[in-house]
Amino acid sequence: MINVEKINKSFGSKHVLQDVSFSFEAGKTNLVIGASGSGKTTLIKCMVGLHTPDSGKIIFDGASFNDLEKKDKRELRQQIGMLFQGGALFDYLTVEQNIAFPLNMFTNMSEEEKRDRVNFCLNRVNLNNVNDLFPAELSGGMIKRVAIARAISMNPKYLFCDEPNSGLDPQTSIIIDNLIHEITQEYNITTVVNTHDMNSVVEIGDNIAFISQGKLAWQGNKDSIISSDCKELNDFVFASQLFKKLKQ
Amino acid sequence: MIQGLIMFGKYLSLLGNVFSRPENKKVYFRRVLDEMVKLGVNSLTIVSIISLFMGAVVTIQTGLQLSNPFIPKYLIGFATRESLILEFSPTMIALILAGKVGSSIASEIGTMRVSEQIDALEIMGINSSAFIIQPKIIASVLFFPILVIISMAIGMFGGFLAATLGGIISKAEFLQGLLYWFQPFYVLYALVKTVFFAFAISSVSSFFGYYTDGGAIAVGKSSTKAVVYSCIVILIVNFIITQLMLS
Repeated sequence: MINVEKINKSFGSKHVLQDVSFSFEAGKTNLVIGASGSGKTTLIKCMVGLHTPDSGKIIFDGASFNDLEKKDKRELRQQIGMLFQGGALFDYLTVEQNIAFPLNMFTNMSEEEKRDRVNFCLNRVNLNNVNDLFPAELSGGMIKRVAIARAISMNPKYLFCDEPNSGLDPQTSIIIDNLIHEITQEYNITTVVNTHDMNSVVEIGDNIAFISQGKLAWQGNKDSIISSDCKELNDFVFASQLFKKLKQ
Repeated sequence: MIQGLIMFGKYLSLLGNVFSRPENKKVYFRRVLDEMVKLGVNSLTIVSIISLFMGAVVTIQTGLQLSNPFIPKYLIGFATRESLILEFSPTMIALILAGKVGSSIASEIGTMRVSEQIDALEIMGINSSAFIIQPKIIASVLFFPILVIISMAIGMFGGFLAATLGGIISKAEFLQGLLYWFQPFYVLYALVKTVFFAFAISSVSSFFGYYTDGGAIAVGKSSTKAVVYSCIVILIVNFIITQLMLS
């Protein structure tokens, strides 16, 4: 479980996050939704330590991230897997080397054990016979799947996904969403997904935080979102004709 | 001025992070070897071509200047050797490498920054600056002196070819000049310079690449800045080391 308590973050005079508090539950797919520029990427970057919040606490299962020593922060980060918007695969390494990368850095596994783990992770994301390909040779959906495989290779306790569906067709988006959801439940991971894709909200939103203009404007789940009376949320969720009809 | 001091402070702070303890020595060692191939071995062709013609041109020009019959002809070989060892091989090659290797380092690291690969390393719990930059600096500092020694040898061979094929002086006279009053300290001076140049090229270029902010245009800008600043630092370091070791 990750608790975010009264997080504030400014860039110059722009107050991007204002007193955001939320609980991200273990074994659930926690979504952070909001319009572009609402502050959701800043929130996720504060949570993984890429930005330092101006005030507030981020607590990973009782351990306050900002109060940890540098060494302890590094150790905690080894329990975090992250799926970046563009995949962020190392382009000079093959798929197999990318997935084995954290294993090489932090474990004493033998080459055979590492190969088994890589193949297990690739099978888990339904990819086969791509071990020797380079990221440039993969499609967008395959890149995301390899990135998920790399993120789970170290059996993380926490999984962060930044816009996992961006640039993907609707069918592949659903596959990626379901994959994230299945992995979360299977390994009891605390998963945080940053998205503005309403299909993801309806498909996998176990626990949802809606950020509007840097503030937590609403929280709930995929069932309660339809009946919400939060105006900002309704303007965001039911912007398209399809979702308007769904609400009606 | 203040901007320059801030930038220098960021550079020193980055170097502090770069020289922290590696997470996995075996992986770092392999990366040093890879970087040696990428930055050093892959520069051999350009260094060889430039050195060959540089040596030839130095010999022809020296031959033109020493046309007085009272000056012994073998001094052409001597002057070629001294020019190559003292200045042309270490400094010219460093400037060439600042262009080739410096831009390559800055654009590689800059691309890693804009495609979030550096963020991915940080989130994995890896010291990204040390992981990316340390092997590049170590590989450059170890391999650039080898390139400069090769450059000296090929430059002298180029001079020999120009001197003999161009009919400037005989083989024997050129070789006599090459061996005349050889000072091993000058080679040491050239290698010391090269080590500092290698450090400057790899660290300055890495600095600009690491702090790339934006997209593809920013990567291009970082690459250009890396080359310009590396060249300036090389010239300043050249002056300081020459003053300290030769004056």
